[in-house]
Amino acid sequence: ERNQADVSEAKSGRTDLIFLIRFRHCCLLRNQRCLLAYLYDRLLRIRALRWEYGSVLPNTIQFHMSAEEVEWFNQYKKSLATYMRSVGGEEGLDLTQDIKPPKSLYIEVRCLRDYGEFEIDDGTTVLLKKNSQHFLPRWKCEQLIRQGVLEHVLS
Amino acid sequence: VSDSYFPVGPGLGMEENFLSLDDILMSQEKLPGRAESALPRLAVLLGQGAGSAESVPEGSKLEIPLWLAKGLHDSKRRIISVELPKIYKEAWRTVFSADANVVDLHKMGPYYYGFGSQLLNFENPENPEIAQTDSVCFLQTFIARFRRIMDSSQNAYNEDTSALVARLDELERALFQVGQKGLNDFQCWEKGQASQITASSLVQNYGKRKLTEVDG
Repeated sequence: ERNQADVSEAKSGRTDLIFLIRFRHCCLLRNQRCLLAYLYDRLLRIRALRWEYGSVLPNTIQFHMSAEEVEWFNQYKKSLATYMRSVGGEEGLDLTQDIKPPKSLYIEVRCLRDYGEFEIDDGTTVLLKKNSQHFLPRWKCEQLIRQGVLEHVLS
Repeated sequence: VSDSYFPVGPGLGMEENFLSLDDILMSQEKLPGRAESALPRLAVLLGQGAGSAESVPEGSKLEIPLWLAKGLHDSKRRIISVELPKIYKEAWRTVFSADANVVDLHKMGPYYYGFGSQLLNFENPENPEIAQTDSVCFLQTFIARFRRIMDSSQNAYNEDTSALVARLDELERALFQVGQKGLNDFQCWEKGQASQITASSLVQNYGKRKLTEVDG
């Protein structure tokens, strides 16, 4: 508002105020730039979360996101899912799996914290308690490893 | 950070990247300048006077951040004129040509290269040759230091690198980190750990920092 007042003053003849107006304009642009860069960086991190963590974010993280950011995340999830479905034939291709080339179908994992019961494809359930070790199919565990629940053990 | 997070990097040459956090920090660095005409009411903002109606008298010396200098500068130099900070001038140039590796670039202004590239934006019509020799000297400094950065980044594995990195400016540090990452990835592959699925580093960081619930 201060700038507006000065603009009208300048138009009515005080040409030396142009500097002041320009100065304030610079400051406004600067603030705008900082804000935009901050918000954009947050978006980049939220996008990385989808790839690193999976499609369901823990509550603690969601708590810190604004409503618009949650909305953006959901839209991004949808676009990604649509894209993944369209690639790779009938069933689609899950790009967030197998980020490192797999060496075997089953892997040895150790549980880092209590998680509870976990069901595998053939119906058996496995109880994931802290420090228990299991030999499980890779595709089921990958997300849990990325989330820090399990640890991939190399023999 | 983690593999999927790609922040906006700093701009190359004379253009900054608008959304780059690195460029924003870099353009906060201050330049010495001179007020070319009386600047009404700006005295308080620029730290020169106490009254709200005071103006900065013509010819007084100012230290202003780069973003402000770029905004207020125009080729006719009606508002502000800028001078090169000491480090980019004659005296330092001889130091650089003697032995560029010795200089502590981080202390001189952590964004030596980025800031220096931005200075080319302010044409100095009195000394066009200075711009030319400036950029040449700049390049020489970089070339001289680069070799050492590359060598040290490729050979310091699992060591405390803070002593090596302390005298580098931000651009050089980024290069150093890229070198280190390459080295670490290679060692990891050699040990057979390349196929190990790891917990994402984003997740590990969130776990360590206690996220407190905000009231209200």
